[in-house]
Amino acid sequence: MTNHWIDIKNADAVLIMGSNPAENHPISFKWVLRAKAAGGVVIHVDPRFTRTSTQADIYAPLRSGSDIGFLGGMIRYILVNNLYFKDYVVNYTNASFIVSDKFAFTDGLFSGFNEEKRSYDKSSWSFVKDERGIIRKDPTLQDPRCVFQLMRAHYDRYDLKKVSRICGTSEADLQKVFQAYAGTGRPEKSGTILYAMGQTQHTVGVQNIRAMTLVQMLLGNMGVAGGGINALRGESNVQGSTDQGLLFNALPGYLPTPPASMPDLKTYNEKNTPVSKDPRSANWWGNRPKYIASLLKAMYPGQELEEAYRYLPKLDDGKDYSWLSLFDTMYNGGFKGFFAWGQNPAASGANSNKTREALAKLDWMVNVNLFENETGSFWKGPGMDPGKIKTEVFFLPCCMSIEKEGSLTNSGRLMQWRYVGPAPLGQAKPDGDIIYELFLKIRELYAKEGGAFEGPIKNLNWDISNGHAYDPHKVAKLINGYFLKEKTIGDKTYKPGDPVPAFALLAADGSTCSGNWIYCQSYTDKNMAARRDKTQTPMQEKIGLYPGWAWAWPVNRRIIYNRASVDPEGRPYQPQKPVIEWAGDKWVGDIPDGPWPPMADVEKGRYPFIMNTEGFGQLFGPGRNDGPLPEYYEPLECPVAEHPFSGRLHNPTALIFKGPREERAVCDPRFPFVCSTYRVTEHWQTGVMTRYTPWLIEAEPQMFVEVSSELAKLRGFSPGEKLIVESARGKLWAMCIVTDRIKPFTVMGATVHQVGIPWHFGWVYPKDGGDSANLLTASVGDPNTGIPETKAFMVNVRKA
Amino acid sequence: MTIERRQFLKLSAAITATAAFGGLGFDLKPAFAQAELSKFKFTKQTTSVCCYCSVGCGLIVNTAEDGHGRAVNVEGDPDHPVNEGSLCPKGASIWQLVENDKRLTKPMYRAPYSDKWEEKPWDWALDRIARKVKDTRDATFELKNAKDQIVNRVAGMASVGSAAMDNEECWIYQSMLRAMGLTYIEHQARI
Repeated sequence: MTNHWIDIKNADAVLIMGSNPAENHPISFKWVLRAKAAGGVVIHVDPRFTRTSTQADIYAPLRSGSDIGFLGGMIRYILVNNLYFKDYVVNYTNASFIVSDKFAFTDGLFSGFNEEKRSYDKSSWSFVKDERGIIRKDPTLQDPRCVFQLMRAHYDRYDLKKVSRICGTSEADLQKVFQAYAGTGRPEKSGTILYAMGQTQHTVGVQNIRAMTLVQMLLGNMGVAGGGINALRGESNVQGSTDQGLLFNALPGYLPTPPASMPDLKTYNEKNTPVSKDPRSANWWGNRPKYIASLLKAMYPGQELEEAYRYLPKLDDGKDYSWLSLFDTMYNGGFKGFFAWGQNPAASGANSNKTREALAKLDWMVNVNLFENETGSFWKGPGMDPGKIKTEVFFLPCCMSIEKEGSLTNSGRLMQWRYVGPAPLGQAKPDGDIIYELFLKIRELYAKEGGAFEGPIKNLNWDISNGHAYDPHKVAKLINGYFLKEKTIGDKTYKPGDPVPAFALLAADGSTCSGNWIYCQSYTDKNMAARRDKTQTPMQEKIGLYPGWAWAWPVNRRIIYNRASVDPEGRPYQPQKPVIEWAGDKWVGDIPDGPWPPMADVEKGRYPFIMNTEGFGQLFGPGRNDGPLPEYYEPLECPVAEHPFSGRLHNPTALIFKGPREERAVCDPRFPFVCSTYRVTEHWQTGVMTRYTPWLIEAEPQMFVEVSSELAKLRGFSPGEKLIVESARGKLWAMCIVTDRIKPFTVMGATVHQVGIPWHFGWVYPKDGGDSANLLTASVGDPNTGIPETKAFMVNVRKA
Repeated sequence: MTIERRQFLKLSAAITATAAFGGLGFDLKPAFAQAELSKFKFTKQTTSVCCYCSVGCGLIVNTAEDGHGRAVNVEGDPDHPVNEGSLCPKGASIWQLVENDKRLTKPMYRAPYSDKWEEKPWDWALDRIARKVKDTRDATFELKNAKDQIVNRVAGMASVGSAAMDNEECWIYQSMLRAMGLTYIEHQARI
């Protein structure tokens, strides 16, 4: 989240789209209700009428997968009716930037598309620069080649009629939502957007989010209290695990993993360190060399930087190693060994049949978990013959979260420390202990026998124990970072071993180490994540900042991009709910997004979006793989052969695979219904941590499918009877729930039925509980992130 | 017949009371006695954070015998500014997740072509995994790729997980995986 949970109460309008917080983040909903009690309007856009909808002032139904139509319509509405926050747009976004003459858009394709490669040459998606190398701008927003005018032209097609036709939302409902939300374009108003997997799990997932950011930037809702782009993340520490770099493309702190074309640190720094010629742009990623150097020193303190960099595995340039590619490689026999560490891919990954068959190709698997699950036990699952499966599987029991000590980071970037209650049950161990001991044994084998490329194994910093066992405090301090050499900065002298107080003091020369620069400051002489101080200044209390409770990255900033919450003089746009304010010589309120004076100080001020090279919010975003502006495409499995916005049915750059498990259904009469997946309050993710809890499984005991009363009538379904839900890739049984909370959509003039299923069940337990929704979903993904399109696919539903 | 809610609850209580004293036809006195014996005087209170969604609700954990026993209660932390003591059904059921007889508390092993799990000691399991890791790494390590570029990576291993581990555990896990040379590193955040 750019903001945080409590901050939701500050919103004048809460737009909830692609999510159902009342049911899936239930306690967060008290903050939505506080916004409502204070006079805010709550808007819910969703294919189903859920418990969130019951609390909304405005509910609008939306066919799964048609979000960009809806949001494009909202963007057009804001522009046509001049509801955008003009000063904010001119001063803080790239609306005024002049775009290259070579950039074009025609019938669903941007300039530079290579049909054979299914990818774009993005060089035409660029800006015109002056002789100083600074981007040319037209602050009057009149130049036909400025971003603002190109955007206006781009979204001109997204009128109410076309949007209604493709989304299945009535024009009246569209109007109601747009009007209510666009009211936050007034300078003193703010609107927050809460979203989750309903927006991200699509082949246009990233563009869905981009569309929301365009809305928020036009309305001046970034960086302000009650504003922001707020992802409702799904797991207790998925924010932290993402921050710590457990993805193929990210090292801790969102440093890019090195490709083979960057064989040394010098080249890595040259290619990865953005340069801005504009002295008023903070261009914070310009500090990247300090962060990668500090990370390398944290991992390999005994090595020179270039040697430590050599130890990092290099990826092939342009190759995708993300989840779907990982399991495709496994399916084709590409891996001998696999760790399924605290995850259940046999139920959570798209296309479960493919995943489960892939697991059978492994020589060995390590499955760390609390309970027996569909991944570790795949070899005795439905359709499996253990006598033919060679995979050695090790199940290692990890302990429960209340049985160990350490920190986790919630969706609002809040890092919190937790303590040991009961000891680990039986022989279960904290994951940290297991990792610690396993690597010691691997290292020992290499020391004894020698082997391939021993350097990283031998030299990895494994000083993470207190002599007996893994020590989370030691690791937390390493993640914060400390000085490796004596250093005097200003009037303070730091000795080796002293914690680095903030990432501004990290160095590129190997004199500092830090496991993760964005967590620098989290564990100095104090364990900041363990703080429980609820003191607030009157200014902070107005917005519920709680700066002394635990710690947020970066540097305890609670609302990021907050330099956009003030005018160029440093005066809050919303004096009744200020985030920061310039007090003449310093900022008060939240930690400012950089200590520099307000932008009106032409010499010392800085633009607010400090993580972008040029310092401005990107309406036109040249970095994405499928276009600089969000554009409508249907999900790869869809119920229509065409849509109103262009002749391009699907995202031409979507991640797809070839093989026997990749069949897809487009306007296929065998699979006529749109299906989506979701969660219920009593269960969580694949259900490994809820299906075994009697109190919870009793409330939601079995797999079900929700169908509209119209569809039930059409097919003769009765409530409570067993149905079969099937797709081009698999099938499952589900108990029928007939509901009026789903209504058929009229899409492109025809009736389209939508159904929905939870994804909490798995064959391991309980007996007759049902199996995973992902038996139905397809291995297709977003071209930027690779996230599978599990929120819109085509199925048939019939009697069992 | 209509039945007032209060009446219904009164009836249920009566039935429970009767059952406790044998009204159902079997003797619950031993269970009662056992419960009495388990009565404890001191619990240790610690704070934690819920393990389910990403709201990060604060918990108070009560552990029996001054912290040496098992958890006897897990409830919301009223001082926590986000949840203010509330918990959803999942958080409120954490006690039953932890004190659960279906938890696996010993390492297990499935041999090739076997149809069952066998219990194994930790050392045996970790030794054998280390062996497998080394053999796979040595056999599939790539100093260079097909383009003759230096890559220093292991092709034959992949990992997924975990958004359920603490920050410190995630960090040392990615560190270990990268020291081993993995490029296929993924987890819940991707999907």
